[in-house]
Amino acid sequence: MRKLRLEKKSTSSGLSILLNSLLFVALALVFCGFIIGAVGFNPLEVYGKMFSKAFLSSRGIRKAIESGLPLMLCGLGVSVAFRMNLNNIGAEGQYAVGAIFGAAFALYGPKLPGILGILALAVCCFTGGALWALLSAAPKAFWDVDESITTLMLNYIALILLSYLCLGPWKAKGQNVGQTEKIAENLALPEISGLKISTAFPVVIVIALLLFGFYKYTASGYQINVIGKSLTAAKYAGINIKKNIILVLALSGGLAGLAGFVQYAGITGRVQENMPNNAGYTGIVIAYLSRFNPLVVIIVSILFAGLQNSSATVQVMGVPAQIATMMQGAIMIIVIAGDFFQRYKIVSDKKGGRAS
Amino acid sequence: MKEPVIEMRNITKRFGDVTANENVNLSLYPGEIHALLGENGAGKSTLMNVLTGIYKPNSGEIYYQGKKVSIKSPKQAVDMGIGMVHQHFRLIPPLSVAENVFLYMPNCSTVLRQKEMEDAITACSKEFHLDVDASAKVWQLSVGEQQRVEIVKLLYRGAEILILDEPSAVLTAQEAVEMFKVLRRMADSGKSVIIISHKMNEVMQNADRITVLKNGRVEDTMEAKDATVQRLTKAVVGEREFVPQIRDSHNYSEETVLYVEDLSVKNDKGLNAVNHVSFSVHAGEIFGIAGVAGNGQKELTEAVAGLRRAENGKITVKGEDLTKLSIRKHIDKGVSFIPEDRLSMGLVPGLDLSENMILKHFGWEKFSRKGILKKKAIDEITKDYIQKYEIKTAGVHSPVGLMSGGNQQKLLIAREINGSPSLLVASYPVRGLDIGATEAIHKILLEESEKGTAILLVSEELDELFQMADRIGVMCDGNMMAVLNREDADYDTIGRLMSGEKL
Ligand SMILES: Nc1ncnc2c1ncn2[C@@H]1O[C@H](COP(=O)(O)OP(=O)(O)OP(=O)(O)O)[C@@H](O)[C@H]1O
Ligand SMILES: [Mg+2]
Repeated sequence: MRKLRLEKKSTSSGLSILLNSLLFVALALVFCGFIIGAVGFNPLEVYGKMFSKAFLSSRGIRKAIESGLPLMLCGLGVSVAFRMNLNNIGAEGQYAVGAIFGAAFALYGPKLPGILGILALAVCCFTGGALWALLSAAPKAFWDVDESITTLMLNYIALILLSYLCLGPWKAKGQNVGQTEKIAENLALPEISGLKISTAFPVVIVIALLLFGFYKYTASGYQINVIGKSLTAAKYAGINIKKNIILVLALSGGLAGLAGFVQYAGITGRVQENMPNNAGYTGIVIAYLSRFNPLVVIIVSILFAGLQNSSATVQVMGVPAQIATMMQGAIMIIVIAGDFFQRYKIVSDKKGGRAS
Repeated sequence: MKEPVIEMRNITKRFGDVTANENVNLSLYPGEIHALLGENGAGKSTLMNVLTGIYKPNSGEIYYQGKKVSIKSPKQAVDMGIGMVHQHFRLIPPLSVAENVFLYMPNCSTVLRQKEMEDAITACSKEFHLDVDASAKVWQLSVGEQQRVEIVKLLYRGAEILILDEPSAVLTAQEAVEMFKVLRRMADSGKSVIIISHKMNEVMQNADRITVLKNGRVEDTMEAKDATVQRLTKAVVGEREFVPQIRDSHNYSEETVLYVEDLSVKNDKGLNAVNHVSFSVHAGEIFGIAGVAGNGQKELTEAVAGLRRAENGKITVKGEDLTKLSIRKHIDKGVSFIPEDRLSMGLVPGLDLSENMILKHFGWEKFSRKGILKKKAIDEITKDYIQKYEIKTAGVHSPVGLMSGGNQQKLLIAREINGSPSLLVASYPVRGLDIGATEAIHKILLEESEKGTAILLVSEELDELFQMADRIGVMCDGNMMAVLNREDADYDTIGRLMSGEKL
């Protein structure tokens, strides 16, 4: 009989990682299919509808990119920290504070001409997120306080602050919902003419490319890698761990803060009470699935955004919207479990050694 | 003659392009101690990993008591009675010895009775005169004791065939003698033992048969009584002549490079490990530190390298007081450090050779400019090192964790020496190296000292110290017992000092 067993693999190529991930996404879809079936719908029909709505029309793709933008930045931010083994669970809060800083600039800041205003807005959002992350980074660096707890706790504070401002002092006049006034024309990010896609998209791609180069070609990226892989060796090599904790968490939070920027200046035009809307948490999932590779983060974000958008469309069929959330969860768990097969390979005992 | 218990026939194992074993035949008889010898990267560990089911061979067969078997997992190997003690022990430090042993018992009762467990283990270890304290926590044990726990673990699970990967590399001479007594007792009771070793004398004294691997193939196999150092050397490294590197004259300069004054250092448990030690090392001098491992050498070297805080005293390098300064400052001042724990401190196993090569020096002009790494240049330099130091690897971009133990060590040494250090702190630099590599490393160290580098060489091998050092300091229990010129030192004196006797 042909028996299967596991053997440790020495290397895995990029392609095999991709194929593996796709395989496990497919497996997750099959799993969810059973549940959709159990709720009383035809899974094939539901998937077909979702897929065609989200990815087969130019409108669907545009929407997916648009809603994917904050996810991308949160995913990129989280990845930076995770690469160094820093568990930044706080992208949600950093996003919120980034948006708050942005709104504050738009409301009270100096009126700068042209592109300068937009740049200043972006810098404010980045700074907001970075400062919020530093609230966790400093205790981590100096007293070894667990950053996963502090970043998580700070999320609640940031979100409450955001809704207070949006429902209170910054609330737009004559509105029922908690949101600020519309952003000034010169601060809004324009669309790429003809494509109807926000210019934020190419900007995010450039950020991802920069990060990719940063990891691969810079001494700082190298240090992050070393610390992430072996703290003892990093100390032995004289790498300044404290400084890197501060820098990396600030960068991580700043990127999440930029999610506030693209959403505010590129999409909604207003800062809203519930603006992050779990993008910070989804960003963690995306970072994991992308294995912290910034370019993959872009793609996975678009797929996730499409998935979320399409769940709204199948609601018309009566399928609960929570289906999308469930699918996200299932995909993550199954793909991460599948990570195991990345490190081990299944070998059959029949071929190769004739020892049976 | 008796039937072999294990017969490996025509085993071939490849990793991608690397052929680690090629048509290897090995038979193991009941009651024998069989030694595996061979260069670093010859495929010894791989062959044993095939036997214990960690790797599946590409081709070849394994016969167990005459029957063909396929060993699919370490667990299956253990069930068949084949157990292995890996070079890096796999014990769980916070648990007790008994808990560690029972952890692997498939069918012990759900409720563990501490007392019963401990009694069972004590009984089992008594049988082979293995001295272990079943109730002690593993983190409290010395390396030698931990090794005995690993052996008990196998015996308790009923192992008939024991494999030990370089068991004596981390043991003191005394512990090694004890270990071989235990192994002999096991062999006498009908079990079979395979040991991997680089130490020829040890192998000739303690083994019954010897097999030498070279480039993945069996080069020679013989009865231990037919073995001579010449024959083994020839099988291991080929026709090359080996003249041990001996330092003839010592004409180091007057310039003091390292000056340690009244230094006290604590160990990880917060106990005093180094007590008020003073000595100095001059430019071009090799200063040996003799002593049984665990007498403060680790803490002393780490303090000198800047990795451990000095509780008291002063460390000066080239006139600059480095006592309170960061590790980075030490590195910049030219202090190189070959730590005893290469895989968790000196190297990052998950990164490739190039990345490990620049671990300390990524900021140097030849490796980066304005924070951008010069990837090409780094790869080129790494390739040069690979060639110069004859490092066996699948390439500059393969992870260091997959290299054989000895080759990892060579890479580490290459990096530390190429920093043109003013002070080189070397802890057991040839541990786990084959004779060829050992000679090569000794030669490099001597060349370094000719260039004027001050070298602090920690070793347990007195031969090595007599061969290399200008002066020898003897440590016992954290104290520097004496510092002797090599001419004035002999085995007997140093041995007495090592055991704590005053001069
Ligand atoms: N998992 C692996 N993937 C790729 N190559 C490997 C792997 N394990 C071992 N090798 C390669 O196979 C060869 C033999 O390695 P092995 O560890 O068996 O050597 P060894 O004889 O034990 O050497 P040493 O005395 O240095 O421990 C080496 O070239 C090593 O780089
Ligand atoms: Mg080995």
